[in-house]
Amino acid sequence: MSRNYIKVLLNPFRESKVLGSLLKWLEPGASNSSGVHKGGNDEVPVSRSGAAQYSSGVRKVTLIPGHGIGPEITVAVQKIFEAAKVPIEWDEVDVTAVRGPDGKMGIPQKAIDSVNANKIGLKGPLMTPVGKGYRSLNLALRKEFDLYANVRPCKSMEGIKTLYDNVDVVTIRENTEGEYSGIEHEIVDGVVQSIKLITEEASMRVAEFAFVFAKENKRKKVTAVHKANIMRMSDGLFLRCCRDVATKYPDIKFEERYLDTVCLNMVQDPAKFDVLVMPNLYGDIMSDLCSGLVGGLGLTPSGNIGKNGALFESVHGTAPAIAGKDLANPTALLLSGVMMLRHLNLHNEAEKIQRACFRVLREGRVLTPDLGGNGTCSGFTAEIIKYLDEPEQ
Amino acid sequence: MSLLTRNVCRALMQGTYMTHMGKGVHTTSVNADKNVCYAPHSISTLQSSSTEGRIKCTLIPGDGVGPELVYSVQEVFKAADIPVDFESFFFSEVNPTLSAPLEDVVNSIARNKCCIKGILATPDFSHTGELQTLNMKLRNALDLYANVVHVKSLPNVKSRHRDVDCIIIREQTEGEYSALEHESVPGVVECLKIITAAKSERIAKFAFDYAVKMGRKKVTAVHKANIMKLGDGLFLRSCEEMAKLYPRLQFEKMIVDNCSMQMVSNPNQFDVMVTPNLYGNIVDNLASGLVGGAGVVAGASYSAECAVFEQGARHIFSGAVGKNIANPTAMLLCSANLLAHVNLHPYSRMIKNAINKVLTDGKVRTKDLGGQSTTKDFTNAVIHCLTTS
Repeated sequence: MSRNYIKVLLNPFRESKVLGSLLKWLEPGASNSSGVHKGGNDEVPVSRSGAAQYSSGVRKVTLIPGHGIGPEITVAVQKIFEAAKVPIEWDEVDVTAVRGPDGKMGIPQKAIDSVNANKIGLKGPLMTPVGKGYRSLNLALRKEFDLYANVRPCKSMEGIKTLYDNVDVVTIRENTEGEYSGIEHEIVDGVVQSIKLITEEASMRVAEFAFVFAKENKRKKVTAVHKANIMRMSDGLFLRCCRDVATKYPDIKFEERYLDTVCLNMVQDPAKFDVLVMPNLYGDIMSDLCSGLVGGLGLTPSGNIGKNGALFESVHGTAPAIAGKDLANPTALLLSGVMMLRHLNLHNEAEKIQRACFRVLREGRVLTPDLGGNGTCSGFTAEIIKYLDEPEQ
Repeated sequence: MSLLTRNVCRALMQGTYMTHMGKGVHTTSVNADKNVCYAPHSISTLQSSSTEGRIKCTLIPGDGVGPELVYSVQEVFKAADIPVDFESFFFSEVNPTLSAPLEDVVNSIARNKCCIKGILATPDFSHTGELQTLNMKLRNALDLYANVVHVKSLPNVKSRHRDVDCIIIREQTEGEYSALEHESVPGVVECLKIITAAKSERIAKFAFDYAVKMGRKKVTAVHKANIMKLGDGLFLRSCEEMAKLYPRLQFEKMIVDNCSMQMVSNPNQFDVMVTPNLYGNIVDNLASGLVGGAGVVAGASYSAECAVFEQGARHIFSGAVGKNIANPTAMLLCSANLLAHVNLHPYSRMIKNAINKVLTDGKVRTKDLGGQSTTKDFTNAVIHCLTTS
């Protein structure tokens, strides 16, 4: 496919506000804020809609506490943010499914309005009731925000003992199509056909995002993970989009790897990888795999970037068994909050909170039971608050 | 004097070889021809020139380092004087002009019922615009539906995880590898994943039977039925139905993303795993990575009729071609499994023991295991350790 053709196809897309601001950001001289950026920090590009223009003054953020342990860890994050004097005003909404006017269960309109107004949100774990008629709340939110890229930085942390100690990988996952298109049908009895949908527009969008992310975070390499040897057209299209975008970023190394090779190499030597960009299903698997390398979903932050805003969330479960017992680990949500602060250009606060959090994890005195300690959620929170204003020793 | 001792020793050694060979001849001739039940344990039938009772096996060297590894297998077979004749085919997708026709290879495997195969490179484009890879064509032609990879920690191979021991059984004739794709409008590609009840049940039955045969306790079905409710749902339902027929085996379900996370953090919880096509590919490679990489894990693909022995994690390792650094362990283990499959158990054990001894001694290590030895060194070390005990 010719590059010209792609350009024509992308024209309406390029004219949209998101990419416009994104491209503007890339122009020389525009990156005057890069002095604040710390190399290697896992932040989300600040050029997304609803971010930069609010960088001064108090910012309103939608807060979705979620279910199970959600409320506890949300309170922990709120406390820490308050103590760090983060200029954020929380707009708390409940997204427990209600019956909408069309008779289907879905997120309440109030939550949607809040999300649309604030364009940025922090979300705890959500539980989707099993059974017919319920749409996954996560999916509904993703649709509402049009969150096309999922970013998950996985970095080994001091104090968290795992078998891998040199992990520093960011997985960027296409979030809207691919295997999760949800188009399936039973052709005849006992023969099911599921459709994996790959479009040039979505592939370009996520590839572009991956390279911008790599550039802004001073990452060296972007790896496209694919299976184009098996799915020659669909993954081939994704791969071609990545290649096309790569030519625009000559200073970032680009490589292509088969999914199975990445799996094999990741568990042998994770240091081989830097930023990974991939379609939906592979991203789902790789992001969880990388979380597993650094200590599990309880420690890894996650951000979803979209055209209409950004949603930061902890991706672990609702853990109903320990809900309300003050035993939950708020780290994932807190670090997601830190990612959000970076997205909002609040780098000083982000740095302060992250440092305190890492220090508490490193010293390991008040760890929650999931990390092998016998501390509590509130104890952990208090310890972080204590360290907020203490400079690194 | 010493010469005399050596000759006597050799004669004794050969004696033991011969009895083993006799066994092999015996059992295989029963399979081949019911009339020849009593193969005489005399030297005459054991001459290498005689084709009577010898096993014929198709050999596909493959691409990348495949030919080097296959050569290593042949060397070991020659040194141990194993009664297996290879029918060799150059078969390759990246080199179509030299490749043997698919029919010839398929016919040979169907006739010999067993095959040892190097890795075939699968390029991500095809000059003829074809969507099926040669691997897929071969699998479909022979209906090699079950891929079995036994991932087990090897002695003295440095890895982060200890005592990994799981069997991954993968359906490999449908699912994502159906090669049904089309571009509906420019820039929009649909790729079909086909799951059928018949094939899901077949692989589920295979997995449970295999688990019973190997004396395993638990079967884990890996799926993504929370998203692909119909497709993976059908696969999962088939496994659930099958599990009811095997009440002694524990059955559990795991979503593929969680499974990959569990695999890197706590692989010891897994026993037998049964997966659709793509997930199997992922889990195979993850598990192989845990125990030392693609160079040490053997696998096999089975149809109702024949068995193809190939590496568990298939990588052509093109960076190592001609450098004599590839690790032949996986291929040698494949050949040992092949020998066990054709009832030449003593030879199979002999090769396995030799590999274990070389690994345990740890003096000869290829590059992937942190050593400096070459493929040839390793092969020679294995040959040196071949004993009949």
